[in-house]
Amino acid sequence: MRDTVSSTGRGASVSLAGLEKSYERVGAVNGVSLDIRSGEFLTLLGPSGSGKTTTLMMIAGFEQPTKGDIAIDGISVVAMPPHKRNIGMVFQNYALFPHLTVAENIGFPLKQRGVPKAERTKLVGEALELVHLPGYGGRYPRQLSGGQQQRVALARAIVFQPRLLLMDEPLGALDKQLRENLQLEMRRLHADLGITFIYVTHDQEEALTMSDRIAVMNDGLVAQIGSPEDLYDRPCNRFVAGFIGESNFLPATVRGMEGDIVVADCQGAVVRALCPGRPGSGAQVTLTTRPERLRFANGAHDSATVNRMSVTVTEAVFAGERCRYMLQAADGTSMVLKEPSSAAIRRRTVGEQAEIAWSVADTILV
Amino acid sequence: MSSSASLRTTTGILLVAPLVIYMVVLYALPVASMLLRSLNDPTWSIDRYKELMSDTVFFNTLSNTLYTAVIVTLGSLVLGYPVALALVRSKRLAPLILVVVLLPFWTSVLVRSYAWMVLLGRHGLINEALMSSGLIDRPLRILNTPLAVYIGMIHILLPYMILPIANALRQIDPSLARAASGLGSPPWKTFLQVTLPLSVPGVAAGGLLVFVLSLGFYITPAMLGGPRDITLSMLIANQVDQLNWAYAACLSTVLLATALIIIVVCRRLPGIGSAFKMSAR
Repeated sequence: MRDTVSSTGRGASVSLAGLEKSYERVGAVNGVSLDIRSGEFLTLLGPSGSGKTTTLMMIAGFEQPTKGDIAIDGISVVAMPPHKRNIGMVFQNYALFPHLTVAENIGFPLKQRGVPKAERTKLVGEALELVHLPGYGGRYPRQLSGGQQQRVALARAIVFQPRLLLMDEPLGALDKQLRENLQLEMRRLHADLGITFIYVTHDQEEALTMSDRIAVMNDGLVAQIGSPEDLYDRPCNRFVAGFIGESNFLPATVRGMEGDIVVADCQGAVVRALCPGRPGSGAQVTLTTRPERLRFANGAHDSATVNRMSVTVTEAVFAGERCRYMLQAADGTSMVLKEPSSAAIRRRTVGEQAEIAWSVADTILV
Repeated sequence: MSSSASLRTTTGILLVAPLVIYMVVLYALPVASMLLRSLNDPTWSIDRYKELMSDTVFFNTLSNTLYTAVIVTLGSLVLGYPVALALVRSKRLAPLILVVVLLPFWTSVLVRSYAWMVLLGRHGLINEALMSSGLIDRPLRILNTPLAVYIGMIHILLPYMILPIANALRQIDPSLARAASGLGSPPWKTFLQVTLPLSVPGVAAGGLLVFVLSLGFYITPAMLGGPRDITLSMLIANQVDQLNWAYAACLSTVLLATALIIIVVCRRLPGIGSAFKMSAR
C-alpha cells in the first residue's frame, strides 16, 4: 500500500486547480477550481450537462483531465489509476456485482486490500449494521429493493474506511419518501464517520438539506460556491438565483449608493438592494427577491429597510399550507408572492390593486 | 384482457405455423423414419444396439469424435474469448472485427476446407514458407493429421463461440468494472473477479454450440483428417455408401442422443441454464 493515498486522519482534503475536460458531447468541464475541506459535505449541484458528473469522475480517476490538477491531501493524483486512489464511490445505478452476495459485495474492497477472512467477516457485519441491514449478507443484490441495494452500495463504499466518499446522484432512482429517509441517513453517516463527502445531484432541495457547502455548476464552471444559506439568501448571479429556489427578477435603473446599499428606480418605486459591487448611476440592473419574502402591506409605514411597490393581482391559488399569488408590476413584469395561509388573513382576489412590501435585506442585485 | 390475450395467442400460432409445418414434414418425419429404421430393418429388434456395445470400431470412432469436439471447443474458446472482448471493448476496431468474424459465414465450408488443404499440404503455402525461411529442411506433415482437422474446424466454428460471448460481455453493466476499480481492484483482477464470471453464460452457450456442431462435422474431418481419424459422421457416410442403412441409422441415433444429452445437461447446470432462456423482452 506504499503508493496509495495515505490513510491517516479522518477526512481527506481535495483541491481542484483549473480542472478542464474537453468533450465533443455534453458534460465538458471548462476550468473548475475548488478547495474541499477535510470532513466537509460538499455538493456539486447543476443541471444535466453542467459538468458535475465529469468533475466527479475525474476525482475518482475514471476520466483523465485535459488540463489542471487534482490533489488529495496535497498530493497530486492525476497520474494515479483509480484502484490506487483509495476513494469510496457510490453510483447512481448502485453497480453491485450481481454474481456476488451482499456480504461478498461489501467484502470486495477488503479482499483487494488483503484483509484476512475473519477480519473481513467482522467488518462486513459492522458495515451492514451501520446501514440497517443486519442479516442480509447471504442474499443476492437482485433479491433486494432499490433502497436496500443503495444501502449495500453505501456500505461497500465505506467499509474500507476511505477518507473520501464520492456519490453520483445516488438517490436519483428512488421514490420521494425513500429518498428523504436516505438523505437523513447519509447526513448521520457523514457526522459519524467524519470523512469528506463529495455529492453530485441535480436536485436543489437535496443539496440544500444535506450539504455543508454547495458548488453550483453551469456550463462546466462553478457559478457560485457557498453554504446553503449563502446561495439561497445571497445568490451572486441570475443563474444561481433561478436554479436554487424560486426568484422574482425585477429590471431596475441605478440612482446611487447609500453606503453598501444600492438605490434604484424600479416599476415606479424606489427600491433598495444589497449589492456586492458599486454600479454607476443610470446602470440597468436586475434585482432579485424570493416569493415567500414578499408580503401584502397594511397601511403605509415608510422605512429605509423595507421596499414597497404597487401591483395588480393576476392570479390567486390556494395550495394548502400557503397561498400563491401572481402579481403584475407597473410595466407588466410579473412577480410571485407566497403567503402562509391563515384564516385570519384576508385572501386577495384577481384584479385587486395591492401594495406589497419586503425587506431590503432580502433584495439582491445580481 | 382474456380475449385480447387469446387473440395474441392465435396471432402467434398463425405466425409460426408455416415454419412448424415445414419442419414437421421435411425434418421431423424423415428423422423419425430414419430412427425407426435402426429398430425395424428388416424386422423389429434391438439387436443392433446390443451389437454396438461390443463394437470396438464404433467405440474408437465415438471417443475420437468426442475428443475432437472437446479440443475444437477449447481451441475456439481460447482463440475466441479475446476476440469477443476486443469486439465489445474497442469502439474503433469493432466494425472491422465483426466483418472478419462473420466473413467465414459467407464462404462455403467446402471451399474453406479446400483452402486449408492448399495451405497445409506437403507442398502447401505454410511448408513452403517454413522451408524457404530455413526453419525446417523437410516439409512438416500437417495435412491428414488430427492437427489439420482441429485447425480447419476451429476456423469454421469460431464465430459460433465469439458471438455468444460478445453478447454476454455486452450485457455486463460498464459501471461494474468502474466500481471494481474504484474499490481497489487492478484491471487484471477486475477481469478475473467481475468480467469473466459474468460472461460465463456466454461461454457456456458458445461452448455448447461449438461442441454440438463439432459432433456432427463431416466435410472438414473427411478432407483434412488422416485415414485413421474417423469421426462418427464419417462412419455413417461410409455405412450409407455400403447401403448398410440400418447400421447407419443406428449410429445416427447415437449421435443425436449424445447431442441431446449434452444440451439437456448444460441447461440444467445452475447459472448456465439462464444463458439459453430466451425471453420475449
